[in-house]
Amino acid sequence: MTSLALGPAVGTRLGRINPVAQLGAIGVVTLVLLTSLDVVTPAVVVAAELCLLPAAGLTSPWDLWRRTWPLLVGATSVGVVNVLLSDDAGVVTGVGLGLRVVGLALPGVLLVATTDPVRLADALTLHWRVSTRFAFGALAALRLVPLLIAEFESVRLARRARGVEAGRNPVARARLLGGIVFTLLVGAVRRGSRLATAMDARGFDSGIPRTNARGSRLYRRDAVFVAGTVVVCAAAVTLSVLTGAWDPVFVG
Amino acid sequence: MGTPARVVARGLGVRHPSRRAWAVTGVDLVVEPGERVLLTGASGAGKSTLLAALAGILDAEGAEVTGELTVDGGDPQAARGRLGLLAQDPDSQLVMTRAGDDVAFGLENAGLPAAEIWPRVDEALAAVGFPYGRDRPTQALSGGEKQRLVLAGVLARRPGLLLLDEPTAQLDPPGAALVRSAVARVTADRSATTIVVDHDAGPWLALVDRVVEVVPGGLVEHGPDWRPASRTAGLHLPPATDGPVLLTAQAAGFTYRGSATPALPPTTVVLRGGRALAVTGPNGAGKSTLALLLAGLRAPTTGGVDAAEDLAAGVRRGHREPHRWRAGELVSRIGTVFQHPEQQFLTGRLRDELALGPLRSGEHATAARVTAEELLERLGLTAFADANPYTLSGGQQRRLSVATALATAPRVLVLDEPTFGQDAATWRELVTLLAEQRARGCAVAVVTHDADLVGALADDRLSLEPRAL
Repeated sequence: MTSLALGPAVGTRLGRINPVAQLGAIGVVTLVLLTSLDVVTPAVVVAAELCLLPAAGLTSPWDLWRRTWPLLVGATSVGVVNVLLSDDAGVVTGVGLGLRVVGLALPGVLLVATTDPVRLADALTLHWRVSTRFAFGALAALRLVPLLIAEFESVRLARRARGVEAGRNPVARARLLGGIVFTLLVGAVRRGSRLATAMDARGFDSGIPRTNARGSRLYRRDAVFVAGTVVVCAAAVTLSVLTGAWDPVFVG
Repeated sequence: MGTPARVVARGLGVRHPSRRAWAVTGVDLVVEPGERVLLTGASGAGKSTLLAALAGILDAEGAEVTGELTVDGGDPQAARGRLGLLAQDPDSQLVMTRAGDDVAFGLENAGLPAAEIWPRVDEALAAVGFPYGRDRPTQALSGGEKQRLVLAGVLARRPGLLLLDEPTAQLDPPGAALVRSAVARVTADRSATTIVVDHDAGPWLALVDRVVEVVPGGLVEHGPDWRPASRTAGLHLPPATDGPVLLTAQAAGFTYRGSATPALPPTTVVLRGGRALAVTGPNGAGKSTLALLLAGLRAPTTGGVDAAEDLAAGVRRGHREPHRWRAGELVSRIGTVFQHPEQQFLTGRLRDELALGPLRSGEHATAARVTAEELLERLGLTAFADANPYTLSGGQQRRLSVATALATAPRVLVLDEPTFGQDAATWRELVTLLAEQRARGCAVAVVTHDADLVGALADDRLSLEPRAL
């Protein structure tokens, strides 16, 4: 299961921060992490992000693992591959790169874990003027993802019932998987077009300017959240420069 | 409240792109404002086409239209803002993650100010008898509850024309009853003209003013005393025969990994050759899971499923548990028909689809061809031998999926809701087909909500209890 399919936890403190403020903070973090190659900056940023876990309701190690294992596997392999394959990259650089991947992706995990996708669509359309056609269309499509996961299992079993299975042969496995994915895609396209008809029939994208029943208000806490992110990032960079670890990408 | 729309069709004919035959012809119909009309007819008679025409979505498909069709005197497409549509599958109609937001969706699209939206949302939820609050997550709803919610979302827009396209076809009987009672409540005041499309006319008769049947060449108006022919009337099935035990589930249960409650509590059941077993029970009781265990598609997590020596003869290493058989061994011994036929199709032509099972079980190519041609002939699908299974109608797909299971002449047949959403003609054909298999000594197990099917076919019955929470 991916973090996408798990859906948002309800009523977390981080969830009260407006999604666009969270996205703004993610932008700040991304910018800072992509400018330097040292190990100190991402270490400070990741430490700060870990402090947010309780606010995101991710306190049980199992919950955390469920949502982040693909990320942790990815970060570890990025680090290890760089250490092994690069001539001049030491262990420290490898750790730095791994931390950087975690630092970039963890905020996304937190956003998905705490934010109702409907609120995200509301915030994007109201504050950033993202097209409602895109935002609510994507929202509707997102609802179909868990259905697709359940259907995968069903289609796989249906193939066995027809006498088709791959056994241990990797080529046959790949072909079987391809066939299952094709069947799922055909089903997804059909369901998608039914959904489009249903949305159409309820007046979606009919040319009338759309209103929003929930609204999406920005509070002081949202400004504080973004400012806090800037402060943490500035502290990380300062510490990095002071310790002599700072290694900007663009200067060489 | 909205004002009900008037619908007029004169000499209407529709032909879908790349089809030679007309989907409907000679349709003359006047529906007065506030009338409630049931549009019935067999599968493939053109009901859905008529509905699409009324909904104003034919042009998008590039269909050829003759004659005249108007809603409130104008083009149906122009009246789309006054249209409310409830389709079959609730999962492809819900947009939002919470119930209230989903009802609000259509009002936001209409540009209503936020202050006016919530009172109308509450009013619509109350009108359909939705039992939860606005914050109820949509994924926590049953199928029938979801359909009620979609109906609330449709009604909140105060449509002048309400189109219901087989709104209960994918629901179990309690879910279908929920939806019909909601429809009865909201159409009682006749604030909208209502057109229900359903091949299963019986349950709607009390809710509509008129019944119109789509037949080749036009429409037939039925009188107030009209009742649909019983699908079991005059049905003569070959009787059960007493055969040996073929498959036994001994306290077999199944629990998904990471789940606290079993999907199927330990269940004991015996399948005998020449007899039909019907497995019934409410949704969530584990009927489909039991079918997967009996079909050798999942391994029970408690207890066991064992094939008789006779059935397991010739299996590699003499395994008796069907889930340990290879797919090629399974397909010639236990045939399975899934609830959604399209999930089982693997090839691009009917002919290949029917030959696939025999080929997989090791039959010679020529023999597999002969089997395929015979089955096509028997099911009246020879004309479609080279067609893609996905292009068939729902009823034809269902017959094909049963035929693919029969192609290897398995001694056990497991079917999950084989008659779901089928019209009377397909229903009779399916039941006859299953009875014939039973007569040749096959053990038939059907998971079903269909009381007629149980009455007509079942020799043994197993009722699974609702799961205690």
